[in-house]
Amino acid sequence: MSDTIKVPTMAEFLAQGKQPEVLFWVGCAGSFDDRAKKITKAFVKILNKANIDFAVLGTEESCSGDPAKRAGNEFLFQMQAMMNIQVLDGYEIKKIVTTCPHCFNTLKNEYPELGGNYEVMHHTQFLKDLLNEGRLKVEGGRYKGKRITFHDPCYLGRANNEYEALRDLLRKLEVELIEMNRCKSNGLCCGAGGAQMCKDAEPGDKEIFVERTEEAIEVQPSIIATGCPFCNTMMTDGVKVKEKEDDVQVLDIAEMIANADDL
Amino acid sequence: MEYIPNILFLILLIAGAGFFIRNSKKIIRNIKIGHKVNASDHKKERWNNVIRIALGQSKMVARPLAGILHIIVYVGFIIINIEVLEIIIDGLFGTHRIFSGLGSIYGFLIASFEILAVLVLVSVSIFWLRRMVKRIPRFWSKEMTKWPKNDALYILYFEMVLMSLFLLMNATDTHFQNMGSGNIISQFIAPLFSSLGEGTLHLIERSAWWIHIIGIFIFLNYLYYSKHLHILLAFPNVYYGSVEAKGKFKNLESVTNEVKLMMDPNVDPFAAPPEGAEVPAKFGASDVLDLNRTQLLNAYTCTECGRCTSNCPANQTGKKLSPRKIMMDTRDRLEEIGKNINANGEFKPDNKQLLDDYITREELWACTTCNACVEACPVSIDPLSIIMDMRQYLVMEQSAAPNELNISMTNIENNGAPWPYNQMDRLNWKDE
Repeated sequence: MSDTIKVPTMAEFLAQGKQPEVLFWVGCAGSFDDRAKKITKAFVKILNKANIDFAVLGTEESCSGDPAKRAGNEFLFQMQAMMNIQVLDGYEIKKIVTTCPHCFNTLKNEYPELGGNYEVMHHTQFLKDLLNEGRLKVEGGRYKGKRITFHDPCYLGRANNEYEALRDLLRKLEVELIEMNRCKSNGLCCGAGGAQMCKDAEPGDKEIFVERTEEAIEVQPSIIATGCPFCNTMMTDGVKVKEKEDDVQVLDIAEMIANADDL
Repeated sequence: MEYIPNILFLILLIAGAGFFIRNSKKIIRNIKIGHKVNASDHKKERWNNVIRIALGQSKMVARPLAGILHIIVYVGFIIINIEVLEIIIDGLFGTHRIFSGLGSIYGFLIASFEILAVLVLVSVSIFWLRRMVKRIPRFWSKEMTKWPKNDALYILYFEMVLMSLFLLMNATDTHFQNMGSGNIISQFIAPLFSSLGEGTLHLIERSAWWIHIIGIFIFLNYLYYSKHLHILLAFPNVYYGSVEAKGKFKNLESVTNEVKLMMDPNVDPFAAPPEGAEVPAKFGASDVLDLNRTQLLNAYTCTECGRCTSNCPANQTGKKLSPRKIMMDTRDRLEEIGKNINANGEFKPDNKQLLDDYITREELWACTTCNACVEACPVSIDPLSIIMDMRQYLVMEQSAAPNELNISMTNIENNGAPWPYNQMDRLNWKDE
C-alpha cells in the first residue's frame, strides 16, 4: 500500500464548514519524537483505512501541560490548559482521541474543572470501539502466535483503570500474551512519568527503565507492546542497554495493528 | 472494704478512657491545623470504600499471606472486644462472668473467642518471624529506625500477652471450666494447673483478669504514641480518601484565578488590588501547615507497613524516595508542631519545616507520579499528593526545579512542547 496518509486539520474542516467525528490529539512526543512519530503515522493509517472522519489541530496544538503539572508548575499547566481549551472550544470539539496516556489523562481528568469538557479516549479504547462496531477488522497476520508481553502505562492503567482495551486488541491479533510478573494495577512504571522524561534520574543504583525492561525480557517475548510514546522510548532504551535489539522489538499497539494489515 | 476492687476498677476505667480522650483531642486538633477539605461529595462511594477497603480489608489481600493473617488478627481484635464489655461490667459491679446467664450462646461466644485468641497468637507469631527471622526488607529499610522497629515489636508483644492472659484467665477459672461449655481451648490448658489448690488457682485467675484489662487500657493509650493508630483511623481515612481517578491531580484554584485574570483582555494589568483583598495563599506546601486535613489524617493513619515503598519504582532502583518516609516525616513534623502548641499555647515558629528539615528535595524529584504507592496502600493513603504539593512549592514559590526541568518548562512556555521545536513544525511528521 502507498505511504501517503491523509491528515486533515481542523482549520481545513472549518473552511469546508464541516465537523469531524473525532479530533486526533497528537501530543508533543507524537509530533516531534522520531520514534513516536511512527506511532502517530501508524494510527493515522488505521484511521484512514477505517475511513474515520478525523482531524488534527496541527500547528494549533500545544503541550497539554502534563509535564508542567507533574513537575509542580501548576501555573504553566493551567496556562497551557486554558489556551488549549480556547482552541478546542473554538472548533466546538466534542470527542478527542490521543495516542498518549499523559495527554489522555490530563485532557480527560484535569481539563473539565478548567472549563474543557470533552469525551476523551485513548487510542486503544477508540480502536476497540471501532472493532466492536465492526468499522475495523483486526486479524493476527504476522503476529499470530508470537510471544508478546504488554507493559501497562501508569497513566492508562492505575491512573484511569484501563487495563483491558489494549489486551483485547492483542487478543484480536491472536498473539500469545504473556504477562510480566508485575502487571496491570501492580505494573512497574517505565520511569518516564512525572516529568522525569525531561530530566535525568536522581542518583540510585539502577535506572527504572532497565529494571522494567529486565522484567519484560525475563518472560522472553519477541515483542514488548506498549500504549504510550514515553514508555515506548524507555523500553526501547532498555532493550538497547540489555543488547537485545535483535530478539525483542518494542511496538505500540497501533503499529502492530497497522503492520498486521500491511498498512 | 469489699468495694475496693470495684472502686479501683472504676478509677482505672476513668483514667484509661480519660487519657485516651485527652490524646484523641490532641490528634484531632493537630489534624485541624491543615486546610479544610470538602468530602461532602460521593457519599455513597465513600461509604462503599469504607465497607470494602476498611471493614472488608480488600486491599490487604493483594499480598495474600500477610493479608489473611492480618484479617485473622483484625477479626480477632473486633470480636474479642465483646468480651471486654463483659469484663468492664464485671469489674464495675463485682459480678463474675455476667453474660454466662446466656447459657449456650455464652458458651458459643467464649468458644469462638478462644479459637480466635489462638489464631491471633499464631498469626502474630508469624508476623514476628517475618519481621525478625525472615527479615522482610520493607521492615528493615532506612526509615525504619530504632523506634519504628521497636514500636512494631511492642505491638506484637502486647497482642501475644493479651491473648495468652485471656486463655490463662479462662483456664484457671474453675467456675467457667465446670460449666463445661465454651472452654474449647482452655480445657487443654487447665490440666497444667490441676495440681494447684483452689486458692492459688483463684489468685492466678484474678491476676490474669486484672493484668489483661489493665493491659487493654495501656494498649489503648499506647495507640497515640504508636503507628498502631490505624486500627481506629483507617476508617475515617478511607472515607476521606480520593474517589476520583488516580490520575486526576487537583487543580489549584488560586492559580486558576490568576491565569484567568492573565487571559482576560479586559483586565487592567496595573490595577491595584481592591481594598481588603486577601493576600494570595502560598502555592504548594513547605510545611505541614500548608497541607490539607486529609493529608494529615493520612499521616496519623500510616502504620508503616511499607507496601507503598516496596512498590515504588524509584525506591526499588536505589533512589532516596520512600513514600512511607514521606508519611512518617509528615506525622513526625506534625507531632513536633503539636508539642510546640502544647508548650506555647499556639504555634511559635521554630525555624524548621517539613521541606529540607525532614523531606529532602532529592526525594521529591525522584517521584515518577506513577501512583504505585497510592494503589498499594491498604488504607487509601496518598503520599503522592504530598510530594506534588511540595513540588509545587519548590517550583512556584522558590523557582527551584532541577535545571533540565526548567529548560523543558521554558520550552513549553515558548514553543508549546517540552523540547526546543517550533510549534509551526508540529505537523511536519505528516510529510516525512
